[in-house]
Amino acid sequence: MAAEAEPGPSAVVDTTDGGPAMRWVVTPLLAAFEPPMRWLQTKLGLRGLPYVFLLPTMAIFGLFSFLPALLNIYISFTGGASTILADRPFVGLRNYEALLACESIFVPKSCPVSGFGFWTGMWNTLLFAVIQVPIMTAVALATAIVLNREIRARGFWRALFFYPVMLSPVVVAVVWDWVLKRRGILNAGLTEFAEMRNALAAWGPLETVAKIAALLVVAALARRLWTLRAKGAWAVAALVACAGAAAWLVFAWDVRATVATQAWRPVNWLADANSSWPFFWVVFVYTWSHLGFFMLILLAGLQAIPRDLYEAAEMDGTPKWRAFVRITVPLLMPTLLVVLVLSLIRAFQIFDEVYVLTGGGPGTATRMVIQEIYESAFVSDAKLYGVAAAASVLLAGVILVLTLVQLALTRRKAGA
Amino acid sequence: MGRAIAFLTRTRNPGRVDWTDLLAYAYLVLGVLLILAPVVWLFVSSFKSQRALIESDPRFLPYEQVTAVLPGSSRPVNLVEWTAPDGTTRILAQLRLSGANVVLADPAKPDETFQVPRRDTRPHEIVRARFENYSEPTLGGGAAGTFRFGLYFGNSVFVTVVATLMTLAISSMAAFALAKYRFAGRDVFMLLIVATLLMPATVILVPLFIVVKNFGMLDSLWGVIIPGAATPTGVFLLRQYMLTIPDELIEAARMDSASEWKIYYKIVLPLALPAIAVLAILSIIWRWNDFLWPLVVLSRSETFTLQLGLSSFKGEMLDATHYLLAMTVLTLLPVTFVFAFLQKYITTGIANTGMK
Repeated sequence: MAAEAEPGPSAVVDTTDGGPAMRWVVTPLLAAFEPPMRWLQTKLGLRGLPYVFLLPTMAIFGLFSFLPALLNIYISFTGGASTILADRPFVGLRNYEALLACESIFVPKSCPVSGFGFWTGMWNTLLFAVIQVPIMTAVALATAIVLNREIRARGFWRALFFYPVMLSPVVVAVVWDWVLKRRGILNAGLTEFAEMRNALAAWGPLETVAKIAALLVVAALARRLWTLRAKGAWAVAALVACAGAAAWLVFAWDVRATVATQAWRPVNWLADANSSWPFFWVVFVYTWSHLGFFMLILLAGLQAIPRDLYEAAEMDGTPKWRAFVRITVPLLMPTLLVVLVLSLIRAFQIFDEVYVLTGGGPGTATRMVIQEIYESAFVSDAKLYGVAAAASVLLAGVILVLTLVQLALTRRKAGA
Repeated sequence: MGRAIAFLTRTRNPGRVDWTDLLAYAYLVLGVLLILAPVVWLFVSSFKSQRALIESDPRFLPYEQVTAVLPGSSRPVNLVEWTAPDGTTRILAQLRLSGANVVLADPAKPDETFQVPRRDTRPHEIVRARFENYSEPTLGGGAAGTFRFGLYFGNSVFVTVVATLMTLAISSMAAFALAKYRFAGRDVFMLLIVATLLMPATVILVPLFIVVKNFGMLDSLWGVIIPGAATPTGVFLLRQYMLTIPDELIEAARMDSASEWKIYYKIVLPLALPAIAVLAILSIIWRWNDFLWPLVVLSRSETFTLQLGLSSFKGEMLDATHYLLAMTVLTLLPVTFVFAFLQKYITTGIANTGMK
């Protein structure tokens, strides 16, 4: 995506000099490396030097990405609680059996103990991804479209929607835990709201006021639709009939029954095991905190669509919605696909927010697969490194496929 | 107020405000409420007393019950405002409840007690922001106990600063090699760097842990810093930018027999500063907010980062909400300030790389 025409990130620092920090600290520090690097240059020549420049990055990738990726597969075939590879007995496929020897993987209860945790986490994660990704994409798209309009203070609004992305998962969890406690502000607000509705229902002139307001709305609508009379006598008749029916409905309306409500019974949003509220709030909070990131990518995609396309459409008298369907949607599609896949990859790795917010509870309702891997390896007394590695390999398969799709999409988008 | 509304509702082509504009602004206002309200509520709550937090006082301002110690007693009692039948109000000490009545006394004359209906009294409260919630865990004192803010803050700053400097140094070196040299295996290196996207730390937790442990970096901040120091996003962000630096500059420097290292740090690095600044900001955010990997590596509380300290504090000290909220505010303040001043560069940087 970095290949897009934009002349790179706009100048953060105006001068190439970089100011005093650069001049007095960084440059002298780097100058100290000059003699050894000059020596290397004479030894290796210009052809050998790029490898020296690449060495630190590649060494870290090698030791902390590629080596672990290979070890992961090896460890998944070993057992025991030792962290010294030589001390880990080879157990063949036993770790995978512990995860997969189920009567049905769709029923985690039919699995061995480790399999139960793994499949519970896996199905929760899948459910989370399936629910969360479309919601996130839709809301991010809606927000990007609104922010792409010619509105006042666009930068301000954009920044506000992006702000939660900056907050750490722990902070996000504390913020929402505080709002969603049983005696938190949300329950207090809903209680207050119910009381207000009941107070309104008890208000004397409510009936009259509400009905007059409703009649005014009906009248306004009827006046708007009155232009249809040109279509003929039957249209007039239908209009009159509809208006009459609406007016009758207004008179028959029991306003008090609509307004009055039961007192709000506080819900333990994050711990109520008999409802889907904990899962709902996990989806909500995660979307709340990551929305801005995807909104930003979509906004960049929207702004890359040439303006003159819309101007041409306007000159042809194309309605706005048609321009949206015929211009915006097809041209935004590559970005939208990238967002979809990227958010899927992220959703499969969800851990931080949920772990701090619900700890996977109530019961196992919000227990995700990464939490299962983390706990079976590092929290449980048994230290099931082998099982956790096997679970990681299975999860890595999912991530691998999704990431390859993402890379293919990004490449195609950059090439287009 | 009218001018504010006019300002906010004005569109760039005046005179044409249609219903979609109104809808757009309604959406924005709703969205901003949804985003800011919880954070503002946390901020306001962090100044409340422990008692107000335990009672979940839903009021916006930090009200605090006033108490007084009566002569001849050591226990503080609540003060209430009593409205006498003649309409005057007095501030009295509430000694105890007695059915629907309450036993009151003048704080100056605690022996003359009298009973009044409870509904004629209400708590005597003042608005007082409790800065102690902030000062006690940071400067000591009070019952903040296990939360050592200074230590965690120092650890977080160390990890963030050192890791960011390291990332900048090694990523810019790798990017320089990939952007400005032709050498055998360049495409292989590019592919390898992209391939690391396929192995995020979340799916190699166990082997990564074992590698780090064998390097003796467990329970050390270096175990947090080093494995994440190389980032494919960073290398590609910088390489993309360095490609725009003209080769003629480098050739000219070579003519002047500058060493390659000198070309890197005297010419390419200063010219790539805009991209380096973006990477610096991204790295600071990543490192400051990092959670899962530090959770795996660091198990002794002396090495905790702020995020770990906060999370364990949330799990353990259930009745210390006043400290938890205040410390959460202190944790989010640095990123909020960084964001407030640099939001333009952060948002363009992220939109351009598409990575977090």
